[in-house]
Parts: sequence; structure tokens; C-alpha cells
Amino acid sequence: MISWSNFISQCINGVVLGALLALISSGLTIIYGTLGVLNLAHGALFMLGGYAGWYTYEHTQSYFLSIVLGALFVLLVGIIIERVLIRFFYSRTDEEQILVTFGLGIVIVEIIRLVFGSLSESIPIPHWAQGITSLGFMFYPTYRLVVVGIVALALFSLWLILYRTNLGMIVRAGIEDSEMVDMLGINVYRVFMVVFGVGAMAAGFAGVVNVPVTPITPDVGEDILVETFVVIVIGGVGSFPGAILGGLIAGEILSITSMFNPAYSQVMLFVVMTIVLFTRPYGLLGSKGRS
Amino acid sequence: MSQFDQIKARRHFLKVGATLTGASAFSPFMALTAFGAEAPVGNYPAGSKGDSVFVGICTPRTGTYAAVGEDEIKGYMLAIEHINAGDSILKKFSPHLKKGVLGKKIKYGIADSQAKPNTAVQAQTRFITENKAMMVTGCASSAVAVAINKLAQSKKVIYLPAISGSNDTTGKDCTRYSFRECFYGETAARAIAPVLVKALGKNKKIAFLTPDYTYGHTVRQSTQDALATLGGWTVATNQLSPLGTTDFSTYLLNVANSGADVVININFGRDAVLSTTQAKQFGVLDKMTLAIPYLTPFLAKEVGSDIMDGVYAGTDYWWTLEDKFDTAKAFNDAFFKKYHYMPEWGANAAYLQILMWADAIERAGTFYPPSVIKAYEQGVVFNSTVGPVHFRGEDHQLVRPVIVVKGKKTSAMKNKDDFYDVVEIVDGGPIMQKPDAFGCKLGSYT
Repeated sequence: MISWSNFISQCINGVVLGALLALISSGLTIIYGTLGVLNLAHGALFMLGGYAGWYTYEHTQSYFLSIVLGALFVLLVGIIIERVLIRFFYSRTDEEQILVTFGLGIVIVEIIRLVFGSLSESIPIPHWAQGITSLGFMFYPTYRLVVVGIVALALFSLWLILYRTNLGMIVRAGIEDSEMVDMLGINVYRVFMVVFGVGAMAAGFAGVVNVPVTPITPDVGEDILVETFVVIVIGGVGSFPGAILGGLIAGEILSITSMFNPAYSQVMLFVVMTIVLFTRPYGLLGSKGRS
Repeated sequence: MSQFDQIKARRHFLKVGATLTGASAFSPFMALTAFGAEAPVGNYPAGSKGDSVFVGICTPRTGTYAAVGEDEIKGYMLAIEHINAGDSILKKFSPHLKKGVLGKKIKYGIADSQAKPNTAVQAQTRFITENKAMMVTGCASSAVAVAINKLAQSKKVIYLPAISGSNDTTGKDCTRYSFRECFYGETAARAIAPVLVKALGKNKKIAFLTPDYTYGHTVRQSTQDALATLGGWTVATNQLSPLGTTDFSTYLLNVANSGADVVININFGRDAVLSTTQAKQFGVLDKMTLAIPYLTPFLAKEVGSDIMDGVYAGTDYWWTLEDKFDTAKAFNDAFFKKYHYMPEWGANAAYLQILMWADAIERAGTFYPPSVIKAYEQGVVFNSTVGPVHFRGEDHQLVRPVIVVKGKKTSAMKNKDDFYDVVEIVDGGPIMQKPDAFGCKLGSYT
């Protein structure tokens, strides 16, 4: 049944889905754009954030603390991973980078499964965001609307870091030409460490925020990783604004297609990705020189 | 082959032929062997020659059905432990059960199917070819069950699905070498439909949440037919989602806009947990009544008793049946002692499958697969955790009751596992379709 109210409901839902995808993808894209490493452990870091947040909540009963500590934990894990593993792979081939991050993702998932088992865990929706909100023509879960606000704030913070700080300037310069940045006497590898940590934190943060919507299990990052790749391919690999645009487009595709036929929503995502690859091989906001 | 080899082979053939002819004149047993009654079939006799037999267990340990798969493994391990030790609990189930299977210890291997047919087929093939498995078991997805059904038939190794709700498993995809213990779409639907119509009235509109594969399709069809026949219920919408969906918002918006009175959730495993939790968040469960014809284990534990309060569901086993059956009590006690929680139905199905397999072999007196299958097909009554049950020879489906439960209020729960009241134990025989109604053709013994 296709009605205007259902169509607008699905459009709003697409924004909500897209916002979360945009945040996760932005982490992946700044890591790839700066370090040149395609991080296949990104989904596992998303999941790890969820578990860190849930664990914090179990011990503090505080939603706020679970978000802060969950995100900080993944930031720390990201920095450790970069120091002990990833930095040794900067000059290695793409295949080796993919293999090591893929393996890392499996290790993280299996450790979590070993410790916490396979049953799903959840953080309850905070009392101030419980229930449903009437938008006039439809009702929508209040917390999901709150998620859009939280994600928008997080993306804005990332934008500030990338476009309004010295660190951001170095990161953006590193994306364009890391050798030149190195020649200017800037310790680019320290920047890489921070970027990997921040990128991981974006995934971890999204992971915690998502737990009240989608209870976590060790496998929760697998599907999100695939969608995240589609998002950055559509938006432009290595482009921060591209990740946001790609996320919103992917959210709308998933949502609106399912109104006509839910079974085709995932297929449609890949159809659009293919069309983008044919017409703009570097993505909607990507550029040819970026490596 | 060289001329020398040909002569040797011919001499060997003549020698064997003469021996068999001579022996058959004196020994009826040898005559049987000569005519092939116990000629090698599948892994027989190679897999049963030593002092142990191997069982291949393949369940989902990762992915959407991981929690259910882990639960099955616990049931398998407890059953194997009981049989290998000759535990006194065995006599409560069958007088034929004793220590070991025909005196042989059960050894086992465990693999992760990821609920994917290809992965499961590869793992079970390894168990069959490399470990000489005499039986393979496990699944939480009917897509896997029907794939292993076919593998079992081609390899001539007995297969015992644990959780498989599709009508096809003992319907159009049935095989001679497969035996299903659990309830399924048709019996689930016919058991819960009268309860729903009585509780909610006639002429209601349904919104289905359906996983998009054989299990979902057949359970939805059976439920739709049963409710239409009994109460004139109609379908407002059927939302098909792929296995492993994590965000059901798009489907739930369609449900919310469908004008349905009742939402029937057929999703299983983590899909059931997520769709139910999110249905509550979208306010769908405030407007519509939730019903679940095929209850996934752990659902109440994962979504919370508040959401499940008052929800009608069909299930295979619920632990409070221990008040009625001493076998259930004995099983619950043993399970709780080992794993510290009350068993859910995946563990129960796995436990019973192992015991019924051992029972069939003890009655057959041999591991020879055709004889074991015939022992199953005799329909001998087995004293299960849900009362007396027996296999139907025509389609290898266990004739067993379906348990209809209703979610309890949190305040009425007597302990942390006390999520449901058993509303009705529906006799299995009358609610089963005719054996050939879903196109079952079993195939050959050898």
C-alpha cells in the first residue's frame, strides 16, 4: 500500500538510517583517505563500541557515561591497533592491508563471543527519549529522532576537527600528499595514529548510540561493514562530505525501496552503487588525485 | 589392467564366489550377506567397526541463529554424556537405552554452519568422509535442513535436523535418511489458530513479518490458511525481510500503515529479537496484538517480559512441562545442573534426537542404516519430554504435541526463567496434514 503518508514516513526513516551510516562511514573514509588503509575491522570496532557501552551501562546505569566511555574505549583500542599492527602495513600492498584488517576483525569478534556469548545484549532507551513522537501524519520512535541529533552533533564535531584545527589541516594535506607533509617536517605518523583512533572512535560511538535500537551480538558489525563500503563508494572514497551524502542516499534507497518491495532494498543499494561507478568512478564527491 | 592382474582378479572372484556359495548353503547369515542385506551402505560398516561411533554436529555458532545453535550444542553434549556414561536418566525415556550405543561410545565433532546451506554441506561432508560419521545432525535453518536432507540421502548417512520449521523438511524435500523431531509450520499454525481466534475474535486483519526463505514462506502460508478457515482472518500486509536483517524500521512503517489488527511475527533467532524490540519502539505493539506461531528460543529473555506479556506463541517445549512429565523434570534438572539455566526448546530437540537415534539402533540391533531406518519407521512409542511420541513412517515426521504458551506479566514470574504459562498442549496427530499432502517421496534405503 503506497500512500503519501507512508512515502513521507519512509523518507524520514531514510534520513535516520542514513545518519548512522554516514557517521560510521566517515570514520572509515578518513582512515582510508589519510592512511591509505582499507580498514576491514571497522565493523568489528562498531560492534566493540556497542559492547563497551553496554558493559559501562551494566555497571553505571548511565546512558551518558556508556556513550562517553564506550567511544573513548574504542579510541584507545584504535590507537593501540595502529601502534602495534597497522603502522607496519603502511608500505605493504593493498592485499596485505586487507588481509590483516580482515583477520583483525575476526579476532575482535571471536574474543567478544568468547567473553560475552552469542545472546544479544541491549541498553534501554533513556527515559527522556522513550515512547513515540507524533509528527502529525505519522508516529516515530523518539529515540531514533534523538539519534539523528546525536549523530549530527558528532559529524559536526568531526567537521570542526577536520576543517577548523591544525590537526585537521595536516590530515587534509596528508590525504592530498602525505610525502609533502612529511618533507615539511611534520611527524605524519603521529597524525596517522590519531586519525586511526578518531576513525575507530566514530565507529565505536555509532556502535553505542545504536545499541538501544539494535541490541548487539558479536556479528552486528558484519552487515554494517558492507553497507558502509557501499556508502563510501557512492559518496567518494576518502571524502568526508561524500560519506555524509552517501550515507543519506543509502538510507533513502533502503527505506523507499522497501515501501515497494522490501526484498529488493539491498539489491537496489548495489544497483545505485553500480550506476555511480559507471558515471562517476571516483564517487559523487570523490576526486581522482586522492589516494 | 595387465594380463597377470586379470588372471589374479578372475581367480579371486572364483574363490570368493565358491566360498560364498559354500557358506550360504550352511549359514543363513552368510546368505543374507551374499544377497547384500548388510552390504556396505554409507559409512557402514567402516564407521562402526571400532569401539566408538562418530556423530557430526553442525549448528550455527555465528550469525543470526548463533544463540539457538549454541543451545542445541548443549543439548547434544548432555545427551552424549548421558549415553556414554549409561546415566540412569535414560531408562525414563526408553527401556532400550543403555550405556553406549550397542556398547560403543559416541564421539563427536562440532562445526559452525553459519546458518548457510553451503557451509553446512561442506562441514557435514567432511564429517561423513573424513570421520566416517554414522549420523549427522544439527540446524536452526530449514534451508540448511533441506540441503543436508539431500546430502544424507546421497551419502546414505542418517541426518537428524534439530530446529527446522519449514513444511518442506518432511514435505517435498523429505528423504529416507532424515527424521525430524520438532513441530513445523503446519502443526504450529493449526495449534495456535484456534487459540488466537478464541482470544481475539473473528475477521481480524493480519500483518505478517516473514523471513524470506522456505521456513518463513511455509509457516506464513500455513498460519494464513488456518486463520482464514477458522476465523475469516485476512492479510493486510506481508513484510518479507532477508535473513539477518538488523533494522526493521522500513518494514515496521509499512506494518504501522497497513491497518492490521494483529501482527504475526514469523522471524526466528536474532531476527525475531530485533523485529519484536523495534516493533515495540515503533508503537506497533501498542496498536496491534503480537502473536508468534513459531517461537524462537530465548526470545523473552532477550526482549524482556514486558514485551512478551500476554503474547500467544507456539513452541516445541517449555520447561514448566516438568509439572506434567517426569522425563521433562529429569531433563531440566540435568541441564540446569550442567548449564545453570532452564533449557529452551533447541536444547530439548537436540537431546531427544540423540536419544531417539540410540533407541532406534538398540531396537535394530545393528548400525546398518536400512535396518535403523526401519526401526524408526515402525512407529514405536518413545517417552519424550513432551509425553509419548512416535515417528510417522510415511514422511519421517515425529508425531508430537505442540505447546501453546502465553507470556506472563513480570510481576507473576516465579523465577528469572518463568516467562510463559502453558495454555494448551495440542495433540500432534490430529493437526498434522496427510503424509503425502506436501509431496513427500522418501527415496530408497540403499
